[in-house]
Amino acid sequence: MASAVTPPPRAVPARARRRTGATPRRLPYLLIAPAGLLMLGFIAYPVLSVFYYSLQHYNPTKPWRNGFAGLDNFTRIFTDDPHFWGTLSFSLKWVVVEVTLQLLFGLALALIVNQTFVGRALGRALVFSPWAVSGVLTSAIWVLLYNSQTGISRYLADLGLGSYGTSWLSDTATVFPAAIVADLWRGVPFFAILILADLQSVPKDLYEAAEVDGAGRIRQFVHITLPHIRDAIVLSTLLRAVWEFNNVDLLYTLTGGGPAGETTTLPLYIAHTSVDAHNFGYASALTTVAFVILLFCSMVYLRLSKFGGDGK
Amino acid sequence: MTAESTLSAAPAAPTTAPQDAPPPGTTPPAPARGRRRAWDEVPRWQIYLPLGIYLLFTLVPFYWILLFALRPAGSTSLVPWPMTSAHFEKVWNERSFGVFFQNSLLIGVAVLVMTTVVALAGGYALARFDFRIKKGFMLALLCSQFVPGALLLVPLFQIFAELRMINSLGSVIIAETVFQLPLSMILISGFIRNVPYSLEEAAWVDGCNRFHAFRIVVLPLLRPGLVAVGSFAFVHAWNHFLFALMFLSSQDKQTIPVGLNTLMGADSVDLGALAAGGVIAAVPVVVVFAFIQKWLVTGFSAGAVKG
Repeated sequence: MASAVTPPPRAVPARARRRTGATPRRLPYLLIAPAGLLMLGFIAYPVLSVFYYSLQHYNPTKPWRNGFAGLDNFTRIFTDDPHFWGTLSFSLKWVVVEVTLQLLFGLALALIVNQTFVGRALGRALVFSPWAVSGVLTSAIWVLLYNSQTGISRYLADLGLGSYGTSWLSDTATVFPAAIVADLWRGVPFFAILILADLQSVPKDLYEAAEVDGAGRIRQFVHITLPHIRDAIVLSTLLRAVWEFNNVDLLYTLTGGGPAGETTTLPLYIAHTSVDAHNFGYASALTTVAFVILLFCSMVYLRLSKFGGDGK
Repeated sequence: MTAESTLSAAPAAPTTAPQDAPPPGTTPPAPARGRRRAWDEVPRWQIYLPLGIYLLFTLVPFYWILLFALRPAGSTSLVPWPMTSAHFEKVWNERSFGVFFQNSLLIGVAVLVMTTVVALAGGYALARFDFRIKKGFMLALLCSQFVPGALLLVPLFQIFAELRMINSLGSVIIAETVFQLPLSMILISGFIRNVPYSLEEAAWVDGCNRFHAFRIVVLPLLRPGLVAVGSFAFVHAWNHFLFALMFLSSQDKQTIPVGLNTLMGADSVDLGALAAGGVIAAVPVVVVFAFIQKWLVTGFSAGAVKG
């Protein structure tokens, strides 16, 4: 409600509307300078240096091989890397499944808590609460739930469901859904919050008018709600997809990319290449490729979804 | 009915995910005499049933971690009784979570202050002035959303090594702040734009200079927005893991998420200690969340996200 609470406007003398001459032309530049400098130094410069290193052989543990590499790193990625295509396709699978499920459950949840009912404030607070939980804490919680000795599977087995000693995180058949559910737990509230914010801005008289015209709730949803929240959905799915692609906290701590590399995303692979194998040059080339893929997919997505269209 | 049909057709998530939740907001079309109905009148069970199922999915994991943190080691009881504080004492003292907690708190507060102040200045410029590089700057802010901090670990490490800031909390504070800035600035400039310029102009007429007018007229109106932005910054800094893992090497500089990761990585995981550590990690975030919860939705709907 930040700004809705404005005091009643005071009578403003007409001449006050003119800008006071007291504003030096440099003021806006001074104001954005701290942010601008920080971003130049710690975002722009690192990005450029990643591009630079992608063309180098650079490995601090093997200094005798360092030097200009041309496109060697890139040819190796596409032709001679046993992990690149696998981790990339796992990344895409992870992002698509996560974002789709988070959107659907988040939308459903937002529609529910947008209704008027007894206990709504508490319900909202509880439903949104995992939003604030970190990836590492999420991992810790789900490690407790999934562990084979005292996890949830033990109690399910007590009830005759499944068998004792099941460890969902170390079985290649179950690790993917297990990780997906853990991340859903934390991710759904993000969508629910954003969509709920937008739902509240749909003018109520639109629904009343539709009601008068005899439109049922399904048709109201399709013809009023959906078009109204479309931009918010497009934007939040895009932000979330980028975020899910880049985020390594959860998988790093929950599965460590295992078992048998089964859940290694491209960024996780890059982190291993640079941090553990110290192969900075090659990791930079991988990073560059990841950038380009992200940028390309984002543009295609925005184009396809006609973001901001419809006379906005 | 795209949303609902896809919802039930979605690849069913295992365990407690609410696959069979009746889709919200869809009953059979209203009966013929639906005219009298208020637009939002939905049968109660269609609200409480799916909500209840989803709440189960949300709350069982929270309960689980509390259960493990409070019941004695080796117990398999499903209620944390008899209760013990042994796990907490162990984690806080032996596993240095007391130190980690201080470090995380320091980082979180510093990031909160820096982000809010810097983003406030920048956001004001974006909201109130037209200047030559404004469009380019806005574009840079949006683009930076696509830059993954995790992929910049190596160059950032090199920069901080150059600045001799490796293994100092300052490196993590700067890195977290920088990645928090763009979105914070976009949000804050949206909040400022919603405060009528005429209010400030009136204050100038009354003899205030620009800064003074901003402080007494605009700032009080921005408070809810600033609380939201500051809380996001704090929560992110508190939660974030990779920068601390990479830039802080000695034990006495580590943060809570790194400590949790260490507990999980141990050869035989001490589940009680892990759960107690998790509860400690959750406490400040839960407090902040309870505090900002009511602004969370409205803060976003101030139109800022849509730019």
